[in-house]
Amino acid sequence: MKENIHKFHYKDIYFLLDVNSGAVHVVDVMTADIMDIFDGHNDETVIAQLSGIYKISELAEVLSELHELINKGQLFAPDIDVPPVFSEKGIVKSMCLLVAHDCNLRCKYCFADSGEFGADRRLMNNEVGEAAVEYIIRHSGNRQHCEIDFFGGEPLVNMPVVRHLTEYIRNREKETGKIFKLTLTTNGMLLTDENIAFLNDNNISVVISLDGRKEVHDRMRPDVGGNGTYDRVISNFKKLVKSRNDENYYMRGTYTKYNLDFTKDVLSMAKEGFDILSMEPVVAKDADYAILKSDLPRIFAEYDKLVDAYLQYKSEGKGFFFFHFNMDLSNGPCVAKRLSGCGAGHEYYAVAANGDMYPCHQFVGRNKYLLGNVFDGVKNTDLPQYFRNCHVLNKEKCRDCWARFFCSGGCHANADLFNGDIYKPYEIGCELQKKRLECAIAVQAINNMEK
Amino acid sequence: MKHIKTINKPYLQSTIKTGGCGECQASCQSACKTSCTVGNQVCEKRQ
Ligand code: SF4
Ligand code: SF4
Repeated sequence: MKENIHKFHYKDIYFLLDVNSGAVHVVDVMTADIMDIFDGHNDETVIAQLSGIYKISELAEVLSELHELINKGQLFAPDIDVPPVFSEKGIVKSMCLLVAHDCNLRCKYCFADSGEFGADRRLMNNEVGEAAVEYIIRHSGNRQHCEIDFFGGEPLVNMPVVRHLTEYIRNREKETGKIFKLTLTTNGMLLTDENIAFLNDNNISVVISLDGRKEVHDRMRPDVGGNGTYDRVISNFKKLVKSRNDENYYMRGTYTKYNLDFTKDVLSMAKEGFDILSMEPVVAKDADYAILKSDLPRIFAEYDKLVDAYLQYKSEGKGFFFFHFNMDLSNGPCVAKRLSGCGAGHEYYAVAANGDMYPCHQFVGRNKYLLGNVFDGVKNTDLPQYFRNCHVLNKEKCRDCWARFFCSGGCHANADLFNGDIYKPYEIGCELQKKRLECAIAVQAINNMEK
Repeated sequence: MKHIKTINKPYLQSTIKTGGCGECQASCQSACKTSCTVGNQVCEKRQ
């Protein structure tokens, strides 16, 4: 059944989301009960079924409030179709450059197979990198904001090319009027003073990977020799963050079956002085650390715990930013953006060290998804369209899902990995996504109510 | 209202005709990246 409203609660606060307008209402228990029955037209049925529990006059009061919302377009708002502003063709405006198919760590859950992507360990050269930059400039149309992410493997392994390309991009910005947002994702091992200074001077946002508590981190993120890396990377991260005045970075961790009590890991990061945080579920198939369906109830309870901790830290004046709880309920993205989602394969490409282009970093090495290369352009011309059409209104499971305009349809790479079809979302991912969205809505609603 | 408190100014319907400028950030939602789903983003124009 198509879910046009979604009801949930955090502790004793009940929330009602109107999916097609994005309105969020905090309601009392009686209203929550009424919404189990009410469909916009059946007032009599509601009264007949609930008059044994609530006073008829009160039920009538709620129903009149609900009708007021309907009239304002904030309840049972009309279905959203593909909007005219969602153009047929995407414009390529972001790229992930795999500057190094090599890594100095051996993280057990690495999707890139510690940088090999199922192939040789290789480094990108300047020529490929420059061609990638030119590709975006040529294919981003009138869009001013473009993005490049230096990724790997470990991008700092190939620092000379990162330096060269940064300089190249900054020059090309002046010549073309484009603005490039640069990011670099690193495990922290090579964050020397010199590298830190370079990243700061060039306004490169840095995404740093730490899994939280030392024992958790060391278990999953050993170096090539199998030794823990926590002590080494955390001192580098502290140095980095301090040098950029606690800004322009973000710390991300991965949780696995081994640390389903990941609230402790988030708090461990906060206690170490980091305050722009994220913690993500591992995606793995047939591994001892993989998250299974049977883990979900435990994980849902953990997210509630994280909400408690998040709100408590905030009330004590030591609040932190947690990525998945961030949501602007009044200024979120437009419907077109909500359809394009991550943009993989139509607005966003990944470039392998040899210049091959794929729909995104996770598809690198999956041959059937090879788009072409940065020198000759896209050869598999059906693929971008196939990805662009793969949005929530075209996917059977998403079309009816209450989360459709928040989630934008899940990760194609995970759908392909688990179901062999980017149109069939990865189920555990969906469940976690929905839980996180409930938490985010609850946190934002609570913040709004406090204002 | 006594029983219901609406906590935001809903805007989804109004962006059906106006959106699509594409100036906003890409939003990968995988674990290895910035994991930012569209729900976690803001609009560059209206901000
Ligand atoms: S990917 Fe899953 S959670 Fe997201 S809209 Fe589709 S069905 Fe819903
Ligand atoms: S397909 Fe998945 S991994 Fe790739 S960009 Fe989209 S969300 Fe990220």
